[in-house]
Amino acid sequence: MIIASNVSKKFGKLKALDDVSVTCLKGECIALIGPNGCGKTTLIKSTLGMVVCDSGFITFNGNNIRHDWKYRARIGYMPQIGRYPENMTIGQVLDMMKDIRGCKNENLDEELISQFGLQDILKKRMSTLSGGTRQKVSAALAFLFNPEVLILDEPTAGLDPVSSEILKAKIITEKNKGKLVLITSHILSELDDLISQVIYMQDGRICFHKSIANLQQETGEAKLSKAIAQVMLKR
Amino acid sequence: MKKIIKYVIIDILRNKIVLAYTVFLLLISITIFNLEDNSAKGLLSLLNIILIIVPLVSMLFSAIYVYNSSEFLELLVSQPLKRRTIWLSLFFGLSASMAFAFFIGAGIPILLYEATETGFMMLGTGLLLSVIFVAIAMLAAVMARDKAKGIGVVILLWLYFSIIFDGLILFVLFQFADYPLEKIMVGAVAFNPIDLSRILILLKMDVSALMGYTGAIFKDFFGAQTGLIISFTVLITWVVIPAWLSLRKFNHKDL
Amino acid sequence: MKKIIYIAVLVLFAHNLSAKTIRIGKMQAAKTIQQGLLLAADGDTVLVEPGHYHEKNIVINKFIFFIGINHPVLDGDHTYEIISIKANGVLVDGFKVIHSGISSIEDYAGIKIYSCRDVVIRNNILEDTFFGIYTQYGTNCTIEKNTLVSFSKEEQQSGNGIHCWKADSMRIIANNITGHRDGIYFEFVTNSIIWRNISEKNMRYGLHFMFSNNDAYISNVFKNNGAGVAVMFSNHVKMIHNYFEENWGDGAYGLLLKEISDSYIETNHFVKNTAGIFMEGASRIQVEKNVFEANGWALKIQASCMDVTVVHNNFKGNTFDVGTNGSLVLNSFNNNYWDKYEGYDLNRDKLGDIPYRPVSLYAMIIEQNPPAMILFRSLMTSLLDKTEKILPSLTPENLKDEHPLMKPLPL
Repeated sequence: MIIASNVSKKFGKLKALDDVSVTCLKGECIALIGPNGCGKTTLIKSTLGMVVCDSGFITFNGNNIRHDWKYRARIGYMPQIGRYPENMTIGQVLDMMKDIRGCKNENLDEELISQFGLQDILKKRMSTLSGGTRQKVSAALAFLFNPEVLILDEPTAGLDPVSSEILKAKIITEKNKGKLVLITSHILSELDDLISQVIYMQDGRICFHKSIANLQQETGEAKLSKAIAQVMLKR
Repeated sequence: MKKIIKYVIIDILRNKIVLAYTVFLLLISITIFNLEDNSAKGLLSLLNIILIIVPLVSMLFSAIYVYNSSEFLELLVSQPLKRRTIWLSLFFGLSASMAFAFFIGAGIPILLYEATETGFMMLGTGLLLSVIFVAIAMLAAVMARDKAKGIGVVILLWLYFSIIFDGLILFVLFQFADYPLEKIMVGAVAFNPIDLSRILILLKMDVSALMGYTGAIFKDFFGAQTGLIISFTVLITWVVIPAWLSLRKFNHKDL
Repeated sequence: MKKIIYIAVLVLFAHNLSAKTIRIGKMQAAKTIQQGLLLAADGDTVLVEPGHYHEKNIVINKFIFFIGINHPVLDGDHTYEIISIKANGVLVDGFKVIHSGISSIEDYAGIKIYSCRDVVIRNNILEDTFFGIYTQYGTNCTIEKNTLVSFSKEEQQSGNGIHCWKADSMRIIANNITGHRDGIYFEFVTNSIIWRNISEKNMRYGLHFMFSNNDAYISNVFKNNGAGVAVMFSNHVKMIHNYFEENWGDGAYGLLLKEISDSYIETNHFVKNTAGIFMEGASRIQVEKNVFEANGWALKIQASCMDVTVVHNNFKGNTFDVGTNGSLVLNSFNNNYWDKYEGYDLNRDKLGDIPYRPVSLYAMIIEQNPPAMILFRSLMTSLLDKTEKILPSLTPENLKDEHPLMKPLPL
């Protein structure tokens, strides 16, 4: 579904992505992990067209995204830090996004909005929200349009445990519907029940891309965190 | 595109600065026209506002707005929208707001108190200057990633267009006083939209003085139908080129 | 004594009784003017009926009243001088005089007065004449209510509208002059008056005054002439209540004064001229109660002027109030109204408490470097002007109005 071929990106002298090639298929739930500054977010942003890569290309369903913009209608993106126009209210942001996407009210997935209790605070301005509430808005927006692909950048960072669980459950439901889910996270422990594949990145390169079953088999560890640690040690 | 323009304008209107700018212009224009029994003096004060305040406010506001809406832009870019659409919407939203603020704040008093050729020329150039400096500020903002740096650049640009450019011209005029520079000056003016607007207004306001000396050359060029068309074409070019450059830059910008 | 008077009156009456009226026209005995003039004697009236007369040069050398009915046309066929007056007391009234000859050697005119006195020329229409009405060595003549129009494109091809040379006690009243080289031209003319004329769209000057002393021109309109009005090398000239308007261009002035002395400029209106008054070598001139409005420069006083007194004038909406070319100032300014004055009047005597300096720095800069006009009213030049107001350095120290008026005079 999403295929990156030899993608490189430099920010000044820093190589954020160095010849990255990766294939993500439908129905998978992929964890994108690695230390800070390894290029996870850059890869995600490249996929969304927010960062324009220097060389290589990314295709979405076989179309180069460089000359396409409509494909983004099929992606739900939850950014690491949700930044929204500060003087709009939650309701206005939601309405605006619906308006921009040109969606009628049918076929909207408003489950998260109700589960997070956002409908009660629709009149609050974005500038007054806490980090966690923002994350809830971001999550709600990502799932709102029932997209085929979900890209979640640190989804549970800043969320309280209850909300975190709600979100996880939602991710699993969507994955089971056959959607492609791409998650980045530092907290490996919470990915355990979610993911089917792992991509490990370091210094802008992909170290490995394995299915979770493979990884467990190779390392003999059931827990993701332990398995990763083992792999890293071997190197 | 209309939708985005709508959201940009709603957002700008929610921002009280444009409202304050409009009220400020309105107060000043009305005071000027009411206090001065002599409308020529009123127009002169208004000229200074158009040539100094309008570019400064247009540029500063647009640059700050672009920086402050980086999150908004980021949000939009991740949506199924063309970057071109987003950027042009931002440009049209800002231009429309600044032009509208100028129209309400200065245009309506001009139409009420001074509906003369000079007044109309001021109105026209004021509107164009608003848009030109929105475009220039957007170019500066898209070039400089850092907000402080971007605003610094904008202030420098304003200084350049309002004072430094004229200083250079004056310097050249005195250094090469023995050469016939009038025609070159007519060309040089095209490189500064503020000067070009000023001369267009002067030709209506101080026509008697401009008719003397080299004024005749200016009058021959700027006063003639073709000169007027060329001048306005140049002003519009000042909108189009920065806007186009900034759009190109934005298309490749990493957010 | 009484007898002598009686006899004189009788003689006069007899003379008048003997005077006859000769009619000229298609249905009359005298078909042409030349025939008619041959028949006429001193004191006769010659009436010309409407028609188009090609009569070459009409010379009037008798004391007659030459009157046209409904403006008969006298056509010079682009070759001849049309009417030449060579007798005293002649009246020429009500003709349409067209197509005089054009020559670079001779000054052909529509109507020309040769060395005589008491001639009256009135109610004529002159079109396409080289010179219009020309007087040489005339005395006590009246030129009144004539309309003169010329259509030439070049100065060389055109003469002056009303041209007076070596004349005295002339009255030029209520004429309309358009399209000539100079509207009214005076050279060596004394004790004369120019009153209520309208001189506009002439190629050079609306009024051109040379070596003519003790003259007055009053209530005339000089509008949109090539170079305005020039008064040169003369003295004791009174210029009162004239309108100088829209004289635009390089070297165009509402009023150009050159080598003038002992003259008055009062209650005139100078509107929309490149320079309202330009003075060079002028001395002892009283400029009083004039209105200067919307001029490029209201006054340009060169350093060669002295004892020019500028009082009680209104200066409104001029781009520059006063321009000068040097720092020497021997002229005085007082009690004028300047709309650019920014002072205050604390003691309420209607006079500003601080002096007004009518010469701006930028006016001096432009004087030195005319193309700098392109920067006029820019932020930088305004700053320069403001600094100069606080710390005068380039502008003449003494050129100031010590007691400017706070309110305009009702002029």
